[in-house]
Amino acid sequence: MLHFERWKIIAIVATCLAGILFALPNFFSKETVAAWPGFMPKRQLALGLDLRGGAHLLLAMDTAELKKDWLANQKEDVRKQLRTAKIGFSAIGASGDALQVRLVKPEETEAALKELRKLIQPIGNAILGTSGRDVSVEPGDEPGLILITPTEPGLQERVANAASASIETVNRRINALGTAESTIVRQGRDRILIQYPGLTDTRQLKELIGKTAKLTFHSVHPSVSAEEAKQTRVPIGYKVYESDERDEVRQGAGYVLAETPVVHGDDLVDAQPSFDERTNEPIISFRFNQAGARRFGAFTKDHVGEPFAIVLDEKVISAPVIREPILGGTGQISGNFTVESANNLAIQLRSGALPAKLTIVEERTVGPSLGADSIEAGKLAGLIGCLSTAILTIAYYGTFGVYAVIGLIVHGLLIVALMSLIGTTLTLPGIAGFVLTIGMAVDANVLIYERIREELRTGKTPISAIDAGFTRAFVTIADSQLTTLAAAVIMFWLGSGPIRGFAVTLTIGILTSVFSAVTVTRLLVAMWIRYSKGRGRALEVPV
Amino acid sequence: MFLVPDFKGHDFFPHNLRLPFMRYKGLCFGLSLFFMALSLVLFFTLSFNFGVDFKGGSLIEVQAKSGAADIAAMRKSLDGLGIGEVQIQSFGTESDVLIRVEQQPGGEDAQQAALKKVVDALGDGFVQRRVEVVGPAVSSELRTTGVIAVLASIVAIVVYVWFRFEWQFALGAVVALTHDVLVTAGIFSLFQLQFDLSIVAALLTILGYSVNDTVVVSDRIRENMRKFKKMDLNELLDISINETLSRTLLTGLTAIAGILALYFFGGEVLRNFSFAMLFGILIGTYSSVFIAAPLLGYLGVKRDLGAAAAATKPAGGKAGANPTIR
Repeated sequence: MLHFERWKIIAIVATCLAGILFALPNFFSKETVAAWPGFMPKRQLALGLDLRGGAHLLLAMDTAELKKDWLANQKEDVRKQLRTAKIGFSAIGASGDALQVRLVKPEETEAALKELRKLIQPIGNAILGTSGRDVSVEPGDEPGLILITPTEPGLQERVANAASASIETVNRRINALGTAESTIVRQGRDRILIQYPGLTDTRQLKELIGKTAKLTFHSVHPSVSAEEAKQTRVPIGYKVYESDERDEVRQGAGYVLAETPVVHGDDLVDAQPSFDERTNEPIISFRFNQAGARRFGAFTKDHVGEPFAIVLDEKVISAPVIREPILGGTGQISGNFTVESANNLAIQLRSGALPAKLTIVEERTVGPSLGADSIEAGKLAGLIGCLSTAILTIAYYGTFGVYAVIGLIVHGLLIVALMSLIGTTLTLPGIAGFVLTIGMAVDANVLIYERIREELRTGKTPISAIDAGFTRAFVTIADSQLTTLAAAVIMFWLGSGPIRGFAVTLTIGILTSVFSAVTVTRLLVAMWIRYSKGRGRALEVPV
Repeated sequence: MFLVPDFKGHDFFPHNLRLPFMRYKGLCFGLSLFFMALSLVLFFTLSFNFGVDFKGGSLIEVQAKSGAADIAAMRKSLDGLGIGEVQIQSFGTESDVLIRVEQQPGGEDAQQAALKKVVDALGDGFVQRRVEVVGPAVSSELRTTGVIAVLASIVAIVVYVWFRFEWQFALGAVVALTHDVLVTAGIFSLFQLQFDLSIVAALLTILGYSVNDTVVVSDRIRENMRKFKKMDLNELLDISINETLSRTLLTGLTAIAGILALYFFGGEVLRNFSFAMLFGILIGTYSSVFIAAPLLGYLGVKRDLGAAAAATKPAGGKAGANPTIR
């Protein structure tokens, strides 16, 4: 156990040096590190939101609403399909999870099934192959009744699509806020996690996310005003929408709009704030996709001179007048915009329709002052914890105790180096985990040294006692570290938030402690033996 | 060596101490069972003072911009908001205040609405230091995963111990671990300390620490079973516990030193966590000495089988575990 081959010594020393090198950037400020020559590692430990301050928001998509919307879309398609095929139906309605189609002539069921099955979309993509269908079209339990039911994989794909669209939208909205190194990721089936470092006042963020409802473009009723409609009755096929325009003159008036939108927000490709070339006023330019362009073109051709309404969140955000037919799909909205309001409207437009309503199900925000306090407290606790451990160890084990402490220092540096390298974030529970691993790493040394002392008491020679100490203790160390590792891995696997940060540090700490406490200390002890022998004295174990 | 002169450490441990642990195993078992039962009773009567993580609702830590926070005035302005019971307590310093709002009926959005009311009512005199809002869906998930994490850890650990030792050791470990978790949680129930996610992390770490202790003692028992083939089992267990006692106590001491540092200097946020750890390390140390090992005295271990397993297992384990050694 005490003989080291040359290459092993080199490997151990190299590992320690690498540890120092990669841990080094953390002891200097960001600016200092940036000025270092290119070959030096520059990665610093990423601090978690609880230490640097920031907001953590977990959003959930409303999958029930998603389903409802999907059925509504499906309804349109079914109606169109049956009409083209000239199959008469008396009603199409959603009932529970399914869409019910009631045919006028039950004998047309077969033909209708055939037509409607054309609507079935395969799930999956061309590369990975398709794996099923999005809906099932089956005859119901009465003659002339057809049931169209979304399949489970179909729903899941729908949710997945909505999630990616929502992430995209949230991302765009947040980036629109300005400086953001925020991360937005999907979590589980229908959740989205936003982490936004440095942000403490989440009101603006929530407002941006909260504006979730859909973007639609509607025609305005040519004659009836909102006041009239409210006093008498709303014309059939129309609905009163409140106004949410920034322009204060129009606030509260409201509009009477066609219930069925002309174009959906999904069809909007882009919207950007810009300036009118002639008047130099802020405007918004927008662009539709082909389907949207076709519908919007047809609509504007028939309604020149009339206003149309842009509805976001069931509220009219703008109602510009159509000056000329917009046939190519691109157009401009002008009006009394300031640079800011033009920008806002463009963002609202661009974010388009969030396909599903997002609800905040968890929020954790830490202010920068608390974060800084936590870092200070963590540093102090870490320092005092390490010092007291070191003093105890040296007082109890003498020179070998010093070696153990050197091992502990290597252990600490390696944790910092590994965490910087891998890019895991350090959280407050992570600091607690760090302090704990220091206390636990010393356990390996305690096991070894107690064993050496025991062997010495049975009358063994120093060298064989030391050798036996390391050999015998190692089995125990491996067993005890592996069991702790089992617990740490489960913590990481099942844990959330704070538990994970803790588990990461604990896991890395267990791995490095075996190296530092067993290998590094053993090398130091082996060198001590060689050195002491070289001085020609009788060997006396200083434990 | 080069820079460090040789000096002996101060070995203050009385190594020839032979405490008769097994003589009192009946008493220890009785006490341990009593405390486990008491903890269970506490769970069902007092329940827990769950934090927002598990109960849902909001937690807002604010700091008065100048001077001390006027808690009475805050209570007055927050009580009339119609958001149920609002707990207000000072937190650490006199300008720091912790506000807890219970979970609101009416789903996820209602929590955010309550938070907004509180923030608006507090006005501009405060800086928000921390906000935690957990809705009903997430809190129930956190409860489930917390319980699963603790149970899964116990299972994983026990399977490992079973694999490396005899089943009697695994049974001893599972009883000791269950004891540690139950009694630590029982203390949190008794004193109605805030029980949140960090306490689950503490419980999991206590499990790791406790099994660490148990494994060290078990290793020694196995080794001694090989060495003293004919010795009475109770005497052998006594010797094994005594032989490892110096390491058990010293490691406990260093771990406690680290945790005390966390408790006193780690800040208000870590205080409950450190308390759980402190208590858990004491309990974990107790359980491996007074529960896991003595249980073997009751169960009995097949000696020849143990010797045969010990003869093959350590060799295989050593070679497989770390090829870089030697």
